[in-house]
Amino acid sequence: MSAAANIPVYRGRFGPVQAERLLWRAGFGPRPGEAERLAKKGLNGAVNALTHPKKERLVGPNPVDDNKRPLAPYDAWGHDHLWWLDRMVRTSRPLVERMALVWHDWFATSDRGVGSQKLMIRQNELFRRHGLGSFEQLFISVTRDPAMLMWLSGADNEKGSPNENYAREMMELFTLGADRGYTERDVREQARALTGFRMDWVNDMPANFRYDPRRHDDGAKQIFGKRGAFGWQDACRLCIRNPKHRSYLVRKLWSYFIPTPPPAATRSALERLYVRNHYAVRPVVEAILKHPRLYTGPRMVKPPVVYLAGMLRARRRGIDTEAWVWLSQQAGQLLFNPPNVAGWDDDHWLDTASFLARWNIASRVLRPVVLKESEAAPLDAKKLVERAHEFWGAPPLSAQTHKVLHSFASRALADADRNWKKKQYPPLVENALRQLIAISPDLQTA
Amino acid sequence: MSDCCNEFSRSALLRKAAAEAGAGLPSIEPGMPLPAGTGLDRRHFLARSVGLALAVYGAASLSPRFLDEGIAQAITAGPSDKVLVSIFLEGGVDSLSLLFPYADPDYQRLRPSLALPDSGLVFPEDPRLRWHPSATSFQTLHSEGKLSVLPAVGYTNADQSHFTSRHYWEVGDTDPLLRTGWLGRYLDHAGTPDNPLQGVSLDGELSPSIASARVPVAALSGPGDYSFWTPGVWDQVEERMLAAVGQLGAARGHDPALSGARSVTYQSDLLRRQLSSFDSNFASPVAYPKDAGDFPSQLAGLAAMLGAGLPLHCVAITANGTYDTHSDQPKSLANDLKGASDTLLAFQRDLEARGLADRVVTLVWSEFGRRAEENGSDGTDHGAAGAGFLMGSRVRGNMIGEYPGLRNGLDGDGNLKATVDFRSIYCSLIEQWFGADAGPVVPRAKSFARVPLLR
Repeated sequence: MSAAANIPVYRGRFGPVQAERLLWRAGFGPRPGEAERLAKKGLNGAVNALTHPKKERLVGPNPVDDNKRPLAPYDAWGHDHLWWLDRMVRTSRPLVERMALVWHDWFATSDRGVGSQKLMIRQNELFRRHGLGSFEQLFISVTRDPAMLMWLSGADNEKGSPNENYAREMMELFTLGADRGYTERDVREQARALTGFRMDWVNDMPANFRYDPRRHDDGAKQIFGKRGAFGWQDACRLCIRNPKHRSYLVRKLWSYFIPTPPPAATRSALERLYVRNHYAVRPVVEAILKHPRLYTGPRMVKPPVVYLAGMLRARRRGIDTEAWVWLSQQAGQLLFNPPNVAGWDDDHWLDTASFLARWNIASRVLRPVVLKESEAAPLDAKKLVERAHEFWGAPPLSAQTHKVLHSFASRALADADRNWKKKQYPPLVENALRQLIAISPDLQTA
Repeated sequence: MSDCCNEFSRSALLRKAAAEAGAGLPSIEPGMPLPAGTGLDRRHFLARSVGLALAVYGAASLSPRFLDEGIAQAITAGPSDKVLVSIFLEGGVDSLSLLFPYADPDYQRLRPSLALPDSGLVFPEDPRLRWHPSATSFQTLHSEGKLSVLPAVGYTNADQSHFTSRHYWEVGDTDPLLRTGWLGRYLDHAGTPDNPLQGVSLDGELSPSIASARVPVAALSGPGDYSFWTPGVWDQVEERMLAAVGQLGAARGHDPALSGARSVTYQSDLLRRQLSSFDSNFASPVAYPKDAGDFPSQLAGLAAMLGAGLPLHCVAITANGTYDTHSDQPKSLANDLKGASDTLLAFQRDLEARGLADRVVTLVWSEFGRRAEENGSDGTDHGAAGAGFLMGSRVRGNMIGEYPGLRNGLDGDGNLKATVDFRSIYCSLIEQWFGADAGPVVPRAKSFARVPLLR
């Protein structure tokens, strides 16, 4: 495949700092020592390990709720969120989980409109299974996925009384982009092509999702200027083959990993790579993960669940509290509940409200390991900063942040003007340093 | 220019626009006096003008007198004596159910299963229309002259995408590239560099409507407890730690994401100090609905914050409910409308009880209306013009624009045509309510007709 040859590859040093950034962008941050181990593989080896992972192993304690019982992800409110968060924390295949998060955002389905955590998790398995495979296959699977049929009225869309909900979003949000390559007429005609799905309510739960040809409008439609008796799979394939699709996919997929848009030459090479590989996602993601921009370009704000899962990974802590549900919600990312069908606004995770939530997430991670005032800690600002930094696995910190931490620690220790304060203050200062590092702008981004 | 995005999709541009809004948030960072970190004693003092107790960290470097004067100015002399609340009904509310032409044969024909029977809730300004049976509170407000009704507000060539149309309303222009909100631009023009409360969204995230480029604005989940607590940290160490938060935020750098995170850190520290005086266990003088999500408590909290004299100026909130009724419209719309209208009436009564009603105007809007013809799954698809409201003791309480009717009032797609442009309302609000120039706020402001809004 020569298309890949036109795409620049990062040639600089690939050390633990670069490996750590890769693990944040393509996963949920490093476990202790993981960045060093990944760096030893070199760039190609590291990316290959992510895109061609071995069979999944879940590393660490099994998830439990507040009463130490196993999770009930289908039934208990919020346990679906915990269930997936646990996968993010314990997985040995971080890119697979991260791609599932990408597709959850891309085909943003909310349990608010589905009303069944079981169907939501079933959709989630789809993202895990097809996440690095053919986008066309993924799109077709999503189109007939029960949660999606509920969410965008697909099962309400029948011959003679079409419902445009899915027809519009499949083009605007899933494959082409607003006002790119389709008209209002195409929306209406696509809706006709998509007719035929139905379901039943059994004991107040959605059930028996199926395709019923009698409810399908088999008349001729005109879509993107082509005429035919199109059905639902045609509707999907027509979108994928629309000339505007490849650029939409490449730009959008790229934006999940790298915050600045791709250079024009890279973009068109990625588009060729995508089409030549029959709409496969893996080669495109591989090229993005090797691109120099990922390592030399600007930082990205970590999404809330990535921030949280990363802290738990760094501390090797499993899911042991339901507090992560409301804290994630406050931080702006309750899994299986994106704000709307356009997904989360990945460029706008941080504001004064979500900052408070992230503060509370960090303090909740610290709670079980808090240093008591009776515990020994050195009366030495430099050592306290080092210890707190090491506590989080020594993540890269800017010089400015280092300076603030040191100045805080030395001033706080200087306040210790009595003997009891000289004993008590160092552990207090160390606790505060752990918190300050966790909420520092450096750790909010990667 | 290889990175130019002329081919880029609009939704991606919108994502970028929101990023810019986030980056615009904290531009007070450079050149601001740094309140925290130089002196660490917490000082309580009373802002004499409003009898409001405030707690400020680092008061040694910022004299209480300076703050007192700043707040007094913000509250009495500054523009914040007038408050504009923008309330968003998300999803595109069906205006043809909210106020419906009950006896129109076209309505029966287009809505064979959804047409509502005569509710008896008369709308005297247009006898063809009836209020939705769940909207009794709107009828009450209207009969008291406190609700101006916009039966078909929108713009020509309405975009039927939720996200695009909402963006237009938020930025006050049909420009997908605009990156500041219309209220944010107003605050950039008329606001101050030291008051994040001048623009507040109560949804827990920044509302694009108030996204500014120069002055600070804030997002709150509600007026409740905004404080930073860490286990195992207290005494002077805690005060030092809180001061360090502001310092982490005050650092400079070139990386946009890092700078953005720093600015939010700085803003959050500022907001914590600003809100430390507010008692979140406030009592409301009126009863709010119980079953309309967070919306009632958000508005109750807003009234309490205004009652406490906090210098709020522009406020953005998303109402309860999801109005994107592609299916199951009768039940969900009835529930959501009841919650929204009852909450708005309670808010108005609350403001009246607190003596604040003359200071607040509330704009209620949705990104579009819905198609006149129902879709066959007990719902309606996206339309064009929709319903909007202005609420308050100072509004004229009359109809703005008219209901265009189903015979001649539909466009080629079968959607309601707008009889008043939303930017006419924006311009008129800026000029008549705030007494400011609409020119720097709404692009091409001169081209939009002005509507008399206030009594």
